[in-house]
Amino acid sequence: MTTLTTRESADDQAVGAKKSGGFTASAANYIDERTSISGAVKELGRKIFPDHWSFLLGEVALYSFVIILLSGSFLTFFYQASMAEVVYDGSYAPLKGIPMSVAMSSTMDISFDIRGGLLMRQVHHWAALLFVAAIGLHMLRIYFTGAFRKPRELNWVIGFILFILAMAEGFTGYSLPDDLLSGNGLRIIDGLIKGIPVVGTWVSFLLFGGEFPGTDIVGRLYSLHILLLPAIIVALIAMHLLFVVVHKHTQYPAAGHTNENVVGYPVLPVYAAKAGGFFFIVFGVVMLIASLFTINPIWNYGPYDPSPVSAGTQPDWYIGFADGAMRLIPSGWEFVWLNHTYSLNIMVVLIVVGLFIVTVMVYPFIEAWITGDKREHHVLDRPRNAPTRTAIGAAGVTFYASLWAAASSDIMATHFHLTMEGVIHTLQVTTLLGPFLAFFITKRVCLALQKKDREIVLHGYESGRIVRLPGGEFVEVHQPVDEYERWKLVSYSDFKPLMLRPNAQGKIGPVEKVRAGLSRWFFEDRITPVTQTELSRAHGDHPAEITDK
Amino acid sequence: MTKIKTPRARRPRKTGRRNPLASVALIAVGLLFTGGAYVAFSTSTAVATTDASSQQTIDQGEKLFAANCATCHGLSAQGSSEGPSLIGVGAASVDFQVGTGRMPLQMQGPQAQKKPVQFTAEQTAALAAYVASLAPGPAIPSADLVKASGDASAGAELFRINCAMCHNVAGAGGALTEGKFAPAIENVSGQHIYEAMLTGPQNMPVFNDMNMTPEDKRDIITYLKYVEDNPSPGGLALGSVGPVAEGLFIWIFGLGAIVALTVWITAKSN
Repeated sequence: MTTLTTRESADDQAVGAKKSGGFTASAANYIDERTSISGAVKELGRKIFPDHWSFLLGEVALYSFVIILLSGSFLTFFYQASMAEVVYDGSYAPLKGIPMSVAMSSTMDISFDIRGGLLMRQVHHWAALLFVAAIGLHMLRIYFTGAFRKPRELNWVIGFILFILAMAEGFTGYSLPDDLLSGNGLRIIDGLIKGIPVVGTWVSFLLFGGEFPGTDIVGRLYSLHILLLPAIIVALIAMHLLFVVVHKHTQYPAAGHTNENVVGYPVLPVYAAKAGGFFFIVFGVVMLIASLFTINPIWNYGPYDPSPVSAGTQPDWYIGFADGAMRLIPSGWEFVWLNHTYSLNIMVVLIVVGLFIVTVMVYPFIEAWITGDKREHHVLDRPRNAPTRTAIGAAGVTFYASLWAAASSDIMATHFHLTMEGVIHTLQVTTLLGPFLAFFITKRVCLALQKKDREIVLHGYESGRIVRLPGGEFVEVHQPVDEYERWKLVSYSDFKPLMLRPNAQGKIGPVEKVRAGLSRWFFEDRITPVTQTELSRAHGDHPAEITDK
Repeated sequence: MTKIKTPRARRPRKTGRRNPLASVALIAVGLLFTGGAYVAFSTSTAVATTDASSQQTIDQGEKLFAANCATCHGLSAQGSSEGPSLIGVGAASVDFQVGTGRMPLQMQGPQAQKKPVQFTAEQTAALAAYVASLAPGPAIPSADLVKASGDASAGAELFRINCAMCHNVAGAGGALTEGKFAPAIENVSGQHIYEAMLTGPQNMPVFNDMNMTPEDKRDIITYLKYVEDNPSPGGLALGSVGPVAEGLFIWIFGLGAIVALTVWITAKSN
């Protein structure tokens, strides 16, 4: 009622809308006359969002980011990014009288002497862990449902860059307290940089303003952490969301879901209410965790000093895979050439991890090139209906998980009474062989599931009823799958391996050969969706109709 | 006194050493001296306890040793292919190994594991006295050195520099090579912590009084007791093992809860 009035009044501004609607209408009118916002509200308010739990994972990431911004702003009021040395004189007895940097001392003050400071620190840190974890899960959902296909390839890239930036934010933040743990983390980064041939040492000196650790790094990381990185992240989130609006949301295959429509609830009022409420739920969960569980107890770690390293020194979980990769490299991988040491143990990690990251980032383009699919896709794939993609994903997850697990090799050794070497060697094997095994198993499982779907569509479910026909014949009655369910089971696009065709010059280039080979690898094992003819023939075979009597 | 000293021949003297209270006083003085000497000996750090133990205790210890330890360590503690010689390891070493249940060894392995203590305090002391009687070695520290009465912040710094690389900054323990490990130092008595530093059991280095003074050791014990007695100000500590526990927690419980909530929010009403 109110919106209707508003829109009418917006159309004929001169007349005004004093007659009905009261304050809300006149306020809305006032705003609309000055901003023409009604167009946007009309467009966005009717935007349809499909309802599925997995579509909320990106929102979780967004809300975590908002929580991080809020708690982070609080922390900046009290944190001082300086490496000048002071003697700690705060409330925590076991650090009293210990010299430390101002950064560490102010973080200690936030934790012990500023009301609500420790809670805010913990909210900030837990929310950061949740932020990256939610992005990770969101990315997995996008990948396994094929939501990165045209027209969303660029949004995948934006999202992936956001993931990398989130990790960068996490790492710079982790280093700010200048405690022992973060200092050790920086030392590893320093080592990594110095391991790069030729430029390594120069880059390290540039970054740290001289020999590690110097007195510059915390201030520099702080600028990145609160200024540059968040600014880029906010801009990219805006683009990311804009693309979601432009592309419209994808939906799972179901009856009535097509490439031309979106089935769900409009933003206003249903979705806005749900999403708005969900923000507070996420905030509540983070708050609960932060008030009950310690995170990064810098008071245990003490100020950074280059000599001590604590057992169980690890990065936060999202950097774990890189740390694990370094732990998995066998010892002695370095050589001396022309009086310079080349640290393969570091270069291999940088190259492998770098390649992995780039491959994930450009995967949509690789797949599009192999399949040659130029169509737009707004209906998601069920993972089983793209067996090779799902299998590649499983292989990637296995690879990542092995590296990730390696970062906690020492914790696994102590807590499960294993040998450190045993853990490392096992993970070396799973890193190299696990992806192949995961690929093979996943692909077979997908194909088997597709076969099962086919079976269900063609023959329905077994009902266990054996009926004797008047002629004496026994038949088993099948419960046919209902039409809504059948839609979901049969509506997926079938791909065939590309045919190798000569081009205009009558030649077949090497690139085309590679492409055809990859295409064959992608699609040679496939289960075609059930066609109408197959369906009608199948129903002739099985007297499913009997149940209808 | 002088007035009473009148010559009365027949009456027995009731003064001086013949006073009826004299024997009581003598006993009191005697007790005071032995007690005082005992206290003095046990407070002085060095080899007090071995002196305090009598030949009888040593003999009892020898019997216990022959019955429980000699299989590996040899009948006269000279060592064998199964276990090291215990000549010169001192009472502190025995008190640590037996007092924490590591000895007698439960099984051969990368390192001795803690298990329920097998001997009473008396028996442990007897074993310690026997081993200490074989050759001089580090003695059991005196009570005031193992109390948490030192400087916690000095202890924390010493702990970070000398101990944390194996035992973790919060004393939560850590992994070593080939299945060996540095155990968690929670709920370990001050005396055992001191003895561990002094004797270097298993893979632990020896921190003798030359490189870490008894007061330093006391400071470290003070810090460890502080950590033990004061729960983490941030809430549950998740085992104090660092970011691995935090990451596992956020993925399983944090994200788990969030996913459950997303399912709840998007559930269709029936």
